[in-house]
Amino acid sequence: MTMKEPGLIESATFSRDVIHEIQRAAETGIYDIRGFGAKRKVPHFDDLLFLGASMSRYPLEGYREKCGTDVVLGTRFAKNPIKLDIPVTIAGMSFGALSANAKEALGRGANMVGTSTTTGDGGMTPEERRTSKTLVYQYLPSRYGMNPDDLRKADAIEMVLGQGAKPGGGGMLLGQKITDRVAQMRNLPKGIDQRSACRHPDWTGPDDLAIKILELREITDWKVPIYIKVGATRTYYDVKLAVKSGADVIVVDGMQGGTAATQDVFIEHVGIPTMAAIPQAVRALQEMGMHRKVQLIVSGGIRSGADVAKAMALGADAVAIGTAALVALGCNHPKWDEEYRKIGSASGFYDDYHEGKCPAGISTQNEELAARLNPEEGGRRLANYLRVLTLEAQTLARACGKSHLHNLEPEDLVALNVEAAAMAGVPLAGTDWIPGKGY
Amino acid sequence: MEFDLKKQTVREVNQALHDLPKDQSAEVVVGGISGDHNLAVGMDHPVKITLNGHAGYYCAGMNKSAEIIINGNAGQGVAENMMSGKVHVKGNASQSAAATAHGGLLVVDGDAAARCGISMKGVNIVVKGSVGHMSAFMGQSGCLVVCGDAGEALGDSLYEAHLYIKGKVASLGADCVEKEMRAEHLEELSALLKEAGCDDDPKSFKRYGSARQLYTFKVDNASAY
Ligand SMILES: Cc1cc2nc3c(=O)[nH]c(=O)nc-3n(C[C@H](O)[C@H](O)[C@H](O)COP(=O)(O)O)c2cc1C
Repeated sequence: MTMKEPGLIESATFSRDVIHEIQRAAETGIYDIRGFGAKRKVPHFDDLLFLGASMSRYPLEGYREKCGTDVVLGTRFAKNPIKLDIPVTIAGMSFGALSANAKEALGRGANMVGTSTTTGDGGMTPEERRTSKTLVYQYLPSRYGMNPDDLRKADAIEMVLGQGAKPGGGGMLLGQKITDRVAQMRNLPKGIDQRSACRHPDWTGPDDLAIKILELREITDWKVPIYIKVGATRTYYDVKLAVKSGADVIVVDGMQGGTAATQDVFIEHVGIPTMAAIPQAVRALQEMGMHRKVQLIVSGGIRSGADVAKAMALGADAVAIGTAALVALGCNHPKWDEEYRKIGSASGFYDDYHEGKCPAGISTQNEELAARLNPEEGGRRLANYLRVLTLEAQTLARACGKSHLHNLEPEDLVALNVEAAAMAGVPLAGTDWIPGKGY
Repeated sequence: MEFDLKKQTVREVNQALHDLPKDQSAEVVVGGISGDHNLAVGMDHPVKITLNGHAGYYCAGMNKSAEIIINGNAGQGVAENMMSGKVHVKGNASQSAAATAHGGLLVVDGDAAARCGISMKGVNIVVKGSVGHMSAFMGQSGCLVVCGDAGEALGDSLYEAHLYIKGKVASLGADCVEKEMRAEHLEELSALLKEAGCDDDPKSFKRYGSARQLYTFKVDNASAY
């Protein structure tokens, strides 16, 4: 990057990034497609702080007094709810977007710490079923690879209505990532762009969805939980309708949520921040008497144990991670910097998941590149990272005197700025003021 | 084996069907049906099931191996995501018939509504009457045979599915074009007509398929996306 010299004033409106994008658009005539989530700064969990125990609250002894982390998902209708040891799950990411080795590494890492993984657009691979002890099967509009045998092998089913990165948008897997195997799983010719529809082909609206969910329950003899995943937009209404449609679990994915390939304009300009969506979801559940009965999983920009604890304090039962899990496997690692530069990026900036050239062997179908990721080693790294998230969340919960992560509550939080206070519905630090609450 | 939905619930009937041995043929008749949803879904058995009455949504959904006959009309998404086997609707079918189905044969004696064969992935569909708008939308593979007319935007954003229409086509969707009917197509079509019990002359049909112009993004096509 060129250093700024005195007297050279960069426009806030026409910044160098903006100028670069206008020039790129003028040259290519096509919008920018990329992976990763929103890169702009939006109010997030960093804008919240915990109020540790003091005179009026009792803390728990770190390392001595227990702070539970387990979670049960799908207690509403399913015969076999999902029992996880930690409340951090691996979000749906497709084989196709990710290499088979990456999918296997996710499964291995999740198993080591007792959590679940999720399939993605394109169906379930035998490898991921074999390597994931608890596997959630996504039911997407494209229905690529949708197969009743796999449905019956799943530990839970996730009906995907949308993603935080692109609420209201379908998917895209560009031709360069369509190998023989990917093409065969999706029943399409090799090498062509694969569009995933943005609407389900055989239902519209919540009344139809209720019947659709019953169909999935009938096929699986009411054994497994059914999740509904929505991108965060009109979250209060979506959650109410999802509960009414019969969901066991609701997944709300905020605008920072990652994607494998979406238009940049979509990623950056549609949806609401994760932090803003949680209180809406929780209010909807509480009004229906369903909070903690229909479990809430939150995703979109979860990076640390602090994020996990804050999401849970706002009322989530669990969180899901996508981008952070890929980073734990080695995505954007400095050791590949030279190679990132060869393809016009740099470590720490790489987001061209759709191109299939990932030097770390994660978002690729190129066998040579994919072989760079050892699934066992990747699994260990992911397990380490998930353990750190859990330990960090426990540290914060104990400081607030909580013997289980689920006992964290909004009362434990304050906000650093007015925006965060209004979105999260917690007081501005040092005051009793919650914007919009009238006191 | 007989069931009566006036006396039993859909859950009880489906569970009994799922509990049938997977390696034996059997004949099952279900009566007392009045628009019940999700009948005979998720079958994975080489059995013949006759449903007497009008079925609700998703009847025979995700069928594998079974032969399912509906003596009446079928609601939305009949035989959706079917993998194999045969589903025969003696009346009309509502929208999204055989949506995303990967295999097997769906026969509709009457008409099928909008989006018949939407996102079809290998299924064969024979409709003796007409089909509604947006039929075979994003159809990936398999055949849609229509002995009557097709509604607007037939085959929009089509991939490799084969469409054979005897009557009028109100309009073709983006990237769907009429194609030459060659010997192999006549053969494919005759076999399907025969299997569905139609005596229409294959030569009286026209074939439609993908122009393959939208397969990879081209700026010049921007208005079609
Ligand atoms: C490479 C990649 C592929 C993805 N594929 C899918 C998918 O197939 N289906 C889906 O519902 N979400 C998909 N997502 C979104 C994730 O499930 C999840 O919502 C998101 O990554 C969470 O945000 P985070 O990345 O900030 O943790 C994908 C995300 C990434 C990064």
